[in-house]
Amino acid sequence: MRVVHVDAEVLAHKRSGGHHLVTLVAPGVAELHRPGTFAELTLGGPHSDRLTRHAFWILRANPSGTYGGTVELLVSERGPGTRWLVRAGPGTTVPLTGPLGRPFALPKEPVTCTVVAHEEGVAATLPLAARLKERGCVVHVLLGARTEARLHGALDLRRAARTVQVVTGDGSVGRRGELAEVLGGVLDQQAPDVVYAAGPVPLLRTAAAEAEARGAWSQLAYAGPMPCGTGHCQGCLVPVVGEDGIARHARACVDGPVFRGDRVRWDEVGR
Amino acid sequence: MSALALRGPLVAASGCLRVTRTLEDLVDLSTLGAWVTPTVGLAAATGPSGRRLWETGAGLVHPTCLEGPGISGLLAGDVPWMVARKVPVIVSVTAATLGDYAELVRHAGAAPGVVGVELRVAPPGARDLGLVPVSEGFHVGRIVAAVRDGLPPGCSLVVKLPALPDRVVDLARAALDAGADALTLVDAAPAYVIDPATGRPPFGDVAASRLSLSGPALLPLALRCVHEVRVALPDAPVLAGGGVRSGADVAAFLAAGASAVQLGTVLLHDPVAPQRIHAELAPTERTAPSVPTERESP
Repeated sequence: MRVVHVDAEVLAHKRSGGHHLVTLVAPGVAELHRPGTFAELTLGGPHSDRLTRHAFWILRANPSGTYGGTVELLVSERGPGTRWLVRAGPGTTVPLTGPLGRPFALPKEPVTCTVVAHEEGVAATLPLAARLKERGCVVHVLLGARTEARLHGALDLRRAARTVQVVTGDGSVGRRGELAEVLGGVLDQQAPDVVYAAGPVPLLRTAAAEAEARGAWSQLAYAGPMPCGTGHCQGCLVPVVGEDGIARHARACVDGPVFRGDRVRWDEVGR
Repeated sequence: MSALALRGPLVAASGCLRVTRTLEDLVDLSTLGAWVTPTVGLAAATGPSGRRLWETGAGLVHPTCLEGPGISGLLAGDVPWMVARKVPVIVSVTAATLGDYAELVRHAGAAPGVVGVELRVAPPGARDLGLVPVSEGFHVGRIVAAVRDGLPPGCSLVVKLPALPDRVVDLARAALDAGADALTLVDAAPAYVIDPATGRPPFGDVAASRLSLSGPALLPLALRCVHEVRVALPDAPVLAGGGVRSGADVAAFLAAGASAVQLGTVLLHDPVAPQRIHAELAPTERTAPSVPTERESP
């Protein structure tokens, strides 16, 4: 068994700046979770007429909570579904499938890694940074957000990372700017063997190019819509080049969501 | 000829259940009476980049896409995967010429474990996709006649018809007269949507004719098509589908005269739908349907 489908139950809510932390009792999911895999939720309750589901990175997974295995998700209100989720009271049932997708590939050797995350992308990279540290890797973290309220996890990441740098669009904390602008300079300093990134497509495209230019591997977590999450709907297609050199579409939910940066035809993503 | 060999009344509709490495973790395949493959043509094909789905009230709008591995890729990959798990397979095909139809059906019918071939004769946007155009009954009859003799005994010929209540009886009659064994009612309905942010359809330069609607919004229309066919052609074996979400929806299609029911969009929304809906059926509804072929009686 690699994936389970459960009627998860909302256990707790917490606000964290502009985000919400939602903890769900979801037996069986935490044990299977690896950084980069995701949970797919049906939002809106049993009477909703919405047919698409929503993907969330698993920020924390606890196989042995008091109430059974739990997962913690970093949620920001973006539409009717997420609005429903952040208001759903304890005990609310949320159909949850997970963990889905292919996780980040971890280096076998203790190499130097740069981990880049924008806003909710940090939820994919927080457990990743911990795993990299366990393997003896030197971990540098570069976090970005529009503003301080959208920034999450910098303190937690300090436990795993040798350095944590912060970039905000309005300069409310850390350096003022965009991740994509500063990434090249940061990689020149850190000279990582692997670049990990989670965030919007323009950031992933830049990360792929900057890693490639420096001879580093890249492992990039795609976070576009996943309407079904289980490989059926073709709603999350990403244009890639296969190992055979042939251009095709990959399903981000089952072939990803983590892709090797040099395999994706970034200029065609989301067109 | 034998009856269409379904194992139970619930059939996974074309393009809504794909083989993945986690499929068996989620779906109890033993609750499926058959699996209809994603529609393939002769050659492998890719679809457009960009958006493929647009959500509307209780519905999904999507352009018809025939992206896939082609008949050879399908018969070498996902079909044997399902057959190895004892799931009866119905291969869904569409084509640009009668010759291509004949070749597709010959290949599909010869594959082990394939109990039927479903001809997707008129998906929305067929003309823009370069498929054999179908608007009149005789078009359907010509396609069925072209493929009929290429099917081995034990492999049934199913024709999937469009969601057009005032046309469906003519098309159904022509299909059965030409030798089809059963009908699938219905294909996704023609549709159109506007993205309020741009004032244009959200699918880039995909032809508007290809846009189609599936999901629960389609259910009453599908039911109407089943009803029309049942009234006009009381003996026609019908695999019905369109917006089924629950055992009650299955019961409605059976009451309207369907022999078996296809699950489509619900498989995207609820990954455990086959076993859930199977459990919701009354014991009498769970038995394997007899879908007799038209050619059984001399």
